[in-house]
Amino acid sequence: MRLALEDVRGGYGRVAVLKGVSFTLDAGEVLALLGRNGAGKTTTLKAIMRLLPVRSGRIALDGTDLADRAPHSIAALGIAYVPQGRRLFPYLSVEENLRMGLLAGRSNVRVLEAVYALFPALRERLRQRAGTLSGGEQQMVAMGRALAASPRVLLLDEPFEGLQPSLVEGILRAIARLRQSGVAVVLVEQRVDLALRVADRVVFLQNGLTACETLPAALEQDPEPLYRYVGVRR
Amino acid sequence: MSAGRRILALHLGVLAALLLLQFALPPYHHTNVARILVLAGYAIGYNVLLGYTGLMSLGHAMFFAAGMYGAGLPVYYLGVGAPAAFGLGLASGVGLALAFGLMALRTSGPSFLIVSLMFAQALFLATLYFNDVTLGDQGFILSDKLAPLGLGGAQFGFHEPGVKYNVALAIFAACLATALALRLSALGRVLIGIRENEERTRLLGYDSFRYKLVALGVSGALASAAGAGYALLFSYVGSTFASILFSIYPLLWTLLGGVGTVLGPLLGTALMFYLVDTVSGVTSSYLLFVGAALIALVLWFPQGLLGTVRSRWLPWLP
Repeated sequence: MRLALEDVRGGYGRVAVLKGVSFTLDAGEVLALLGRNGAGKTTTLKAIMRLLPVRSGRIALDGTDLADRAPHSIAALGIAYVPQGRRLFPYLSVEENLRMGLLAGRSNVRVLEAVYALFPALRERLRQRAGTLSGGEQQMVAMGRALAASPRVLLLDEPFEGLQPSLVEGILRAIARLRQSGVAVVLVEQRVDLALRVADRVVFLQNGLTACETLPAALEQDPEPLYRYVGVRR
Repeated sequence: MSAGRRILALHLGVLAALLLLQFALPPYHHTNVARILVLAGYAIGYNVLLGYTGLMSLGHAMFFAAGMYGAGLPVYYLGVGAPAAFGLGLASGVGLALAFGLMALRTSGPSFLIVSLMFAQALFLATLYFNDVTLGDQGFILSDKLAPLGLGGAQFGFHEPGVKYNVALAIFAACLATALALRLSALGRVLIGIRENEERTRLLGYDSFRYKLVALGVSGALASAAGAGYALLFSYVGSTFASILFSIYPLLWTLLGGVGTVLGPLLGTALMFYLVDTVSGVTSSYLLFVGAALIALVLWFPQGLLGTVRSRWLPWLP
């Protein structure tokens, strides 16, 4: 499995946000996409899902060009997206939200057991309306719903936003286990320390361009890119 | 008792109560309740689109009228029997809903509302324009053309109150069962997902256009079943039933009873029917009272009657 972005350009209406984003991602790899506000991180994830038009460049999954595909068709290829703010179906129960992820029968119901193994707290909340859950629980449901589709690629947009430390650890453990099971993860995160704890590779975006690609270990030796592209001193 | 059993018991209880009610009702109310049951079936169809899928239509009268004319014209001109006429009415409504959906579902929100209104107005005007066939707003009577319903060697005339009531109840029960099964199914879950966040539903891999088309087909089927049933049971077909008023009625009934609740349309239809029936006996300005009732609804029951009951006391209510 390989997700490849080659010189992707696009944006909202006439405003060009992405001016040349390129990276690749292989199975069982966690790639942290870092950058300042407005660098194009969330826009890149939306471009992969075709939630906004890509003007030029190429996005391909295993060589299959994703151009001209509708979002539902991209999801059916095995790319799941957990957006910022979770976006659950608040009037459906936790179980109904998770079942929505089963892709209308394309995934097996037993997949949900794997989701409960990752997030045991959800098992006690199955009948509860998703809109009444805490922020951390909602994040678990959002991730669980994406995983119920048995994706090959998981796009996570700020999964740690507003979570208490114990829940952060739970999400980090879940990402690590997904990597072990061969799922590729693109992680967009403002909290650089957390992203670096779980990432295999790091891509920095600046003004819609891929500015730098490196390894977390290399950033331990030379943290200068962190300051230049994210404004974080170590 | 599990939630599933409680839901089943409640709906079977309502149907049993309606079955028994016919033995206690005086003749005037007997006919009224039969009429309410058929119209509630129409409101349930409307609720599938508005309450489950989040699509507000101002053109549902076209599906009701398609069922009505689809059943009534073959009876009037060809002497077709009631079961076949009902089937033709149903097919007309479903066909129209799918054809309409293929075009109109490219829009959403207020645009869909306006497109549905335009299509319904076109059909309404067609019923007037082709008045050689439809007899326009004067309409036509079916009672002397419709053969009695044969069942196990016995003959049942549609003019008989008992037949009228029980056929109306059967149509309502079919509509209710369809709506309940839909709400509890995976398909219903997807429709609610579309209502709450269509983009998110698409990102989970669902082709929302296709699902909305299915919802429109089901909604059109229920509305046309009610239209066909109304024509056969109450023996009249006229263009009034294709007018915008008949598109607004199911919206009001659904809002009053509770948008997105399975039993809400029945409650809303019954209350609004009797409100209009009672007040119009006192004054010709009965719409003033309808307006006051709707203001009270917005102030104290913004989710409709059963919607409020569900949110405050019975969260398991579908």
